[in-house]
Amino acid sequence: MGQITLEQVTKSFGDVQVIPPLDLTIEDGEFCVFVGPSGCGKSTLLRLIAGLEDISSGAIRIDGTDASSTPPARRGLAMVFQSYALYPHMSVRRNIAFPMKMAGVPKAEQDKRIEAAAKALNLTDYLDRRPGQLSGGQRQRVAIGRAIVREPAAFLFDEPLSNLDAALRVGMRMEIGELHAKLKTTMIYVTHDQVEAMTMADKIVVLRAGNIEQVGSPLELYRSPRNLFVAGFIGSPKMNLLEGEVAAAQNAHTIGIRPEHIDVVDSGPWSGNVGVAEHLGSDTFLHVHDTGLAETVTVRATGEVGLRHGDRVSLAPREDLFHRFDAQGLRID
Amino acid sequence: MATQHSRSAARLMMAPAVILLLGWMLVPLTMTLWFSFRRYLPLRGGDLGWAGFDNFTRFVTSSAFWPSVQTTLVIVGGVLVITIVLGVLLALLLDQPMWGQGIVRILVIAPFFVMPTVSALVWKNMFMDPTNGLLAHLWRLFGADPIAWLSEVPTTSIVMIVSWQWLPFATLILLTAVQSLDREQLEAAEMDGASPLSRFTYIILPHLGRAITIVLLIQTIFLLSIFAEIFVTTGGAFGTRTLTYLIFQRVLESQNVGLGSAGGVYAIILANIVAIFLMRIVGKNLDR
Repeated sequence: MGQITLEQVTKSFGDVQVIPPLDLTIEDGEFCVFVGPSGCGKSTLLRLIAGLEDISSGAIRIDGTDASSTPPARRGLAMVFQSYALYPHMSVRRNIAFPMKMAGVPKAEQDKRIEAAAKALNLTDYLDRRPGQLSGGQRQRVAIGRAIVREPAAFLFDEPLSNLDAALRVGMRMEIGELHAKLKTTMIYVTHDQVEAMTMADKIVVLRAGNIEQVGSPLELYRSPRNLFVAGFIGSPKMNLLEGEVAAAQNAHTIGIRPEHIDVVDSGPWSGNVGVAEHLGSDTFLHVHDTGLAETVTVRATGEVGLRHGDRVSLAPREDLFHRFDAQGLRID
Repeated sequence: MATQHSRSAARLMMAPAVILLLGWMLVPLTMTLWFSFRRYLPLRGGDLGWAGFDNFTRFVTSSAFWPSVQTTLVIVGGVLVITIVLGVLLALLLDQPMWGQGIVRILVIAPFFVMPTVSALVWKNMFMDPTNGLLAHLWRLFGADPIAWLSEVPTTSIVMIVSWQWLPFATLILLTAVQSLDREQLEAAEMDGASPLSRFTYIILPHLGRAITIVLLIQTIFLLSIFAEIFVTTGGAFGTRTLTYLIFQRVLESQNVGLGSAGGVYAIILANIVAIFLMRIVGKNLDR
């Protein structure tokens, strides 16, 4: 079990309130991702849930019981840190055994759980090595192993993949996803990378300056961002946000159209010159200037499209997929 | 740029310094070795010729030899234990955020800047004096009889004085080590259910291993040769005669340079044994 509820939680450091009153419920078994730009308070929020920071007011409930003043160890949560925080002087086996040793789990049971975790995480051959002798990905798995053996009510991940290279990150992303599918334990995952959020989450919580901007499934956030911030943050490349006449024509202050919802056609309403063309193989991202709009328009074209720098293109946005926002930046439906 | 030419030029330019340092070390060493085989009594006839191994046998068979070795080891060991244990605790304390941290840290380092002779005199006259010392007043305040520190518990007194001098050094090295510990490790241990004591035993202490080794090695080297503290306080009486002090007495009080030099050679050998011993046991810590 691992339902976590935050009720009117706030956090202040001195006079500075980093988390204004905030309500959030994370259901049992859910994979919840906190995402936002750096400094948005997402790590602080995770540390409040973990108990590493004390909340200034409000309540944190784990499975319905108030855990606001419970020490971190007794909240039944396991955390994977950004730096992995492995104990450098202990072997992998002793690292994984450490939380069980502290909890007084019998030796036989410890060995059983270590074996199981090592097998699940492909660490069996490395149990007697020191963390210093492992690669980044292996250290990451040891950190996860140390969390698993505690059989926690929920896992907390603090930007766990940010120290890995791109290829490894994709691999670990899948491993963590599979782990969640297998364990069906609540996981809270903090990241600044919206791709990680989109690919892994059941529920995404978008944060800005300690405020929750929107909560929803990845597709909900993609389809109907509640405000300009979420619209600009979710999706890669970023949504085109256009102001001025085009927006006024749609009875909005700002309109948003995703690069994938603009087609390259023979004659469309917008035409301009291609600036940078990013050929990724599967897709081509065109940055089109001089369309008569104030902003540069990003367009996704097929991978094989032969357009280059300086070419003239004509564009047709799919008007039914416009996102409309008012002057306050809120969505108009 | 390290061509053949520039390398030999570099050697040439370093040579004076290297030769000077080598001479600085070799001349006294050779003289000590030379005198240790001579019968040399400055006030009783001067250099009286070869003595063979007489000086060496006389030095170790003297009734003062083994007690002095024992005293040396007690003082060195005692100071090491006190400075490392208190040093770790003080380092942990100073690592806590507090008001006036900078000034407190400077105050903690201060004793290290006091010359050994001065600090020994301060301790002897201000603290340990049986009639006017602060400790005597403190004892009387509680209705106890003041202790005549330097005659009743002379070795303990010297250990106290020397520990006071060396504690800042240990604290400083250990404090930098404590500060280099990754905070996330401590938080991870906290999440893993480790009590403050377990966090200390399993995380902080192993992390300090290397720093403790360094403190141990450096302090041992310096503590083997403490002299001023004994000279100023007890003058080697009441069983506080260390090996260094015994050599001093042989050369200057008994005016027997040959015998003292033989003691010096023993001291060199003892220091090297201790050094090798320490390197073997704790040096492994430095390899990691």
